[in-house]
Amino acid sequence: MSLRSPMGRVLGLGSAKDGTSHWWSTRVTSLALVPLCIWFVVSLYGIDVSDHAAVVHFVRQPINTILLLVLVPIACYHSMLGTQEIVEDYQHDKGRKVLALILLQFLHTLVAVSGLYAVLKVAFGSSL
Amino acid sequence: MVELTLPKNSRYKDVPGRVHKAAVGARNVKAFRIYRFDPSIGERPRIDTFEIDLDSCGPMVLDALLKIKNEVDSSLTFRRSCREGICGSCAMNISGKNSLACTTAIGECKGDVNIFPLPHMEVIKDLVPDLTNFYAQYASVKPWLQTRTPAPPDSERLQSKDDQEKIDGPSACILCACCSTSCPSYWWNSDRYLGPAALLASYRWIVDSRDEATGERLDMLEDPFRLYRCHTIMNCTEACPKDLNPAKAIAEIKKLMVERRH
Repeated sequence: MSLRSPMGRVLGLGSAKDGTSHWWSTRVTSLALVPLCIWFVVSLYGIDVSDHAAVVHFVRQPINTILLLVLVPIACYHSMLGTQEIVEDYQHDKGRKVLALILLQFLHTLVAVSGLYAVLKVAFGSSL
Repeated sequence: MVELTLPKNSRYKDVPGRVHKAAVGARNVKAFRIYRFDPSIGERPRIDTFEIDLDSCGPMVLDALLKIKNEVDSSLTFRRSCREGICGSCAMNISGKNSLACTTAIGECKGDVNIFPLPHMEVIKDLVPDLTNFYAQYASVKPWLQTRTPAPPDSERLQSKDDQEKIDGPSACILCACCSTSCPSYWWNSDRYLGPAALLASYRWIVDSRDEATGERLDMLEDPFRLYRCHTIMNCTEACPKDLNPAKAIAEIKKLMVERRH
């Protein structure tokens, strides 16, 4: 039991002097993802995804390569921001929270780099 | 993790409640199922049922509570004062919605009337929640005029009609806590998230044209928890018995945060 005053508890460690950058980045990335996701889904409907050659051909179109290279990191960054929010909402154990936040950053970086690598490999690789 | 379910000894469903039948001959009977809990005697919470003859009861839920307290069980504990929706004392969860007992008509409640204290707050007794943290959060936003310019010696600090209209709404908040206690973000993080009521109060001073501490007020809110735990769920606006819009006020604060950066 703490005898700290209610006001002392509310003021806590003070303002973190940040929060807007996270909120703004979430909004900007979601705005970017709207056209990108529409383009991606519509494009997938336009090709036979079971046909390997057709998919490779799609990825190798310069405009598609560029848009995929934009889509992958933005989607990963947006996901990282969102999942960070979920962890902060629900995980109150300090140790587990920090661990989860670090793992999320590692995981999203890994997924983003893997995705970029995959797009580049298909776009510029030699084999079909 | 946050505690998503009640602790085992707080579950009211495990304890049979007492049933107070209506008087013989009552024709217009409605059942009020009311949460009863007294932490000081170590009993677990229960739901008592009070059958009330509406023909001899006032039209509002508060009338029924007063009738129960006066005529059936004087130990029933709840806050009330003005009985006209201006003091905010009788805020409670009525038929699943946070509202004021004095402005909620019994006729609005379909079936039995289920009455609980405001959600996710420590209970002092029965329908009385502990609002200590809620009031401290309100005080933390410094809900008073802050200026550097001295007041004119011979008049009030003037304000245009348009500027006055900006604070008309937020000023009408009665601090009943219906909004904050309806907000899931507040349920999970009320130790760090200020909640819609305190943020609405802060907004009321942020947009006050006479106030000169706008920057300091925004600085104080610039925090991932104090302000940005709001995820625009909008339960606050849905719950407000004064038809105010805390969700919009919070959105406006966020816009100002961005505006001063770019």
